[in-house]
Amino acid sequence: MTPRRRDPLPGFGLSLGVTLLWLLGLVLIPLLALLLRPLELGPAGFWHSVTEPRVLAALRLSFLGALAAAAATVPPGLLVAWVLVRYRFPGRRLLDGMVDLPFALPTAVAGLALTALYAPNGWLGAPLAALGLKVAYTPLGVVLAMAFVGLPFIVRTVEPVLRDLPREAEEAAATLGASRAQTLWRVVLPALAPALLAGFAMAAARAIGEYGSVIFIAGNMPMVSEIAPLLIVVRLEQFDYAGAAAVGVAMLALSFLLLLALNLVQRLWRRA
Amino acid sequence: MTPSTTEPRGLRWLLILLAALLLGVFLLLPLAAVFTEALRRGWPPMWQALSDPDALAAIRLTLLVAAIAVPVNTLGGLAGAWCIARYRFPGRALLLALIELPFSVSPVVSGLVWVLLFGAHGWFGPWLEARGLQIIFAVPGLVLATLFVTFPFVARTLVPLMQEQGREAEEAAATLGASGWQSFRRVTLPGIRWALLSGVLLCNARAMGEFGAVSVVSGHIRGETNTMPLHVEILYNEYQFVGAFAVAALLALLALVTLGAKALVERGTARGAAA
Amino acid sequence: MTLPALPRRLLLGTALGASLGASLGAAAPHAARAQGAAQLLNVSYDPTREFYRAFNAAFAGQWKARTGQTVRANASHGGSGRQARAVIDGLQADVVTLALAYDIDAIAERGLIAPDWQKRLPYNSAPYTSTIVFLVRKGNPKALRDWGDLARPGVSVITPNPKTSGGARWNYLAGWAWALRQPGGERAAQDYLATLFRNVPVLDTGARGSTTSFVQRGQGDVLLAWENEAYLALAEFGTDKFDIVHPSLSILAEPPVAVVDRNVDRRGTRALAEAYLQALYAPEGQALAARHHYRPRDEAALAAAGDRFPRLELVTIDDPALGGWRRAQATHFNDGGLFDRIYQPGQ
Repeated sequence: MTPRRRDPLPGFGLSLGVTLLWLLGLVLIPLLALLLRPLELGPAGFWHSVTEPRVLAALRLSFLGALAAAAATVPPGLLVAWVLVRYRFPGRRLLDGMVDLPFALPTAVAGLALTALYAPNGWLGAPLAALGLKVAYTPLGVVLAMAFVGLPFIVRTVEPVLRDLPREAEEAAATLGASRAQTLWRVVLPALAPALLAGFAMAAARAIGEYGSVIFIAGNMPMVSEIAPLLIVVRLEQFDYAGAAAVGVAMLALSFLLLLALNLVQRLWRRA
Repeated sequence: MTPSTTEPRGLRWLLILLAALLLGVFLLLPLAAVFTEALRRGWPPMWQALSDPDALAAIRLTLLVAAIAVPVNTLGGLAGAWCIARYRFPGRALLLALIELPFSVSPVVSGLVWVLLFGAHGWFGPWLEARGLQIIFAVPGLVLATLFVTFPFVARTLVPLMQEQGREAEEAAATLGASGWQSFRRVTLPGIRWALLSGVLLCNARAMGEFGAVSVVSGHIRGETNTMPLHVEILYNEYQFVGAFAVAALLALLALVTLGAKALVERGTARGAAA
Repeated sequence: MTLPALPRRLLLGTALGASLGASLGAAAPHAARAQGAAQLLNVSYDPTREFYRAFNAAFAGQWKARTGQTVRANASHGGSGRQARAVIDGLQADVVTLALAYDIDAIAERGLIAPDWQKRLPYNSAPYTSTIVFLVRKGNPKALRDWGDLARPGVSVITPNPKTSGGARWNYLAGWAWALRQPGGERAAQDYLATLFRNVPVLDTGARGSTTSFVQRGQGDVLLAWENEAYLALAEFGTDKFDIVHPSLSILAEPPVAVVDRNVDRRGTRALAEAYLQALYAPEGQALAARHHYRPRDEAALAAAGDRFPRLELVTIDDPALGGWRRAQATHFNDGGLFDRIYQPGQ
């Protein structure tokens, strides 16, 4: 525990004590309660509980939807970050402030607004419906809401890296006769790749568990547009606490695996 | 700057336009929809919805919950960032990972865990019941759920900055005989105050806007345990769409104020860095 | 010197955090009950919002006149199952007024309410009733007159999820009761419900969600709804947009009420809670229920309501074909029950 013998900087014990207490009381003990609850089902019961077709469908939608949403926000996120860092234009500060909107906007408000907008009689829903594209009350609506909450993560992780990117490399590439497109593709994009991946991971992690903004627009059809967090609520309504906790544990485990996998990819990348 | 490290002027403007259009449609239009729906029948009904006693109670409760949750997580976040960024000890990376954990936990789970702990059939349920204490479906439950959801915000904004700053300044202060508290107030705090403020703002925005976690532990008693986001849902379910969007608009306004304040804070950071 | 300092500071930090936590715990209950007036919490289900808002105000007036005590009656609304869950989890309800007896039974099973609760008040403890009707678009463009029409191809039906919504279970059982009386018996009735649910594009978790989908979002041709909910939609959104169709046969929905014994005994609110429920049966309460489109038990109030509540054939949940809530729940709505077998969306 002792950081160094006679550390000149005071406060280690105090700050670590406060941190551990804060962490233990507010996060670890509650999560322990979650992890232990499904034990009463037994291993077979737990497995049965999380492999029910409806649960599998909900988990699939939450995870594939989150991945799709995070992937879909990468190009626009990259574009916005690029424009904000590299160009100077009137209204840049305003644009910059707008990016954080999904962070600050309450999720229920976002859900309500997106539903009003994309419902078949909404501002955007009506023209899209005329084109034969249904957004609200379909899995597409779920992905849309997830993309909404995920966009700032991409922009905000790419921005600082892009800002610190030395221009020399680009200049060198240009001097060596590379076209601008080649430079971007061969020099800039690889340098941004780890940040993009990190942003992708954070956007996906947030979207997997997202509830408030998705619930209004999803339509909540079992097997089709029902997300995993809703299933937890549904199971609670059926007095099935252990089953609800089981879905929660399954979501935690899958998120953890996802983040672990993305971390591994990032590490391999760095080594290459 | 050589011309070949940037794009042609036309393309540049096209990209700017595209980005602005994208953010406009994707982020701003929903916001516009909220305000339009709220003002559909003009100001008076909107004003009436906001001055309804239940709405006022929801606003008060939201402020109360944020007023408890934000300082607790600010203190915890400061302590966490301090020991992670200033010392090296085994398990440091794990500690940071654990602090960030609530980010990837679904809000619904963040509410559920407290029910499993303090609900009538939870670990401490019988103990609390015997003493007549109520946590779930009362203000403490709302505070706990909010604490869980907003747990990492402050620590997360501070850790990278404090790691970058290093510990030399504080060490120098200690060598000069400053006490821990003096060194913290005179040396550390001025260096991190803008980042701290920015983290606190985000933490506060999330605390006031949280829906999923709070919904699980609230009990939805009008005028008692309804926060603003829950009040929005209730009004929406009662076909009082103007009222629902009015409260939603107020929340959106709070979000905009937060963003504005954050922009100011960031300008302060830039100035501080330049100085 | 530094070695003993570390644990001491660790201790100090822990103490600081603990005192913070304690002050938090101490501060909160005060905020919850600040007023000095007597408080009563009615935990109810979704479509009773407007009714209990009016009734709570009326009851407060009566109580004040009778006893001189100021009472503040609060209400909490949500899906019936979710509300029962909250009471079981410790929501301090003095009375519950839920969508079906099954949900109150669930609370009683945990020992919060006496097992014989349904015999304590008249009419199976259901002071008002309702039934299930069809809400259709104005002029009934798809000509939906009876349950059979709902299973026609091309008809889009909105109903909440019977697994989570009390109202949806009444919807489902009304359709089932009708189908059982058609030729073909149980087999044909299962096929009928399977076809009906293939016509359902959105399955919301609660009755209010479904009404919003149908009324506000323009989904579907017909909404299966509580009669009171359908009338409320007419009142809220205009009679020029929707029509109510009463099918040939429906179900007698009896939303029951009960005092939560354990909570009122601890809080000392039993007299208040019992008076509250009694007031539902009194003429004023019955008239108020009728005004909010619930069918009153009181003949005088029913007569005063005129032709808003047409007489139609109503089966009850205790009909031999349905066999009471326990059996209906086990056969149809539990995991692996009939509903799970017939409802296979996306396949």
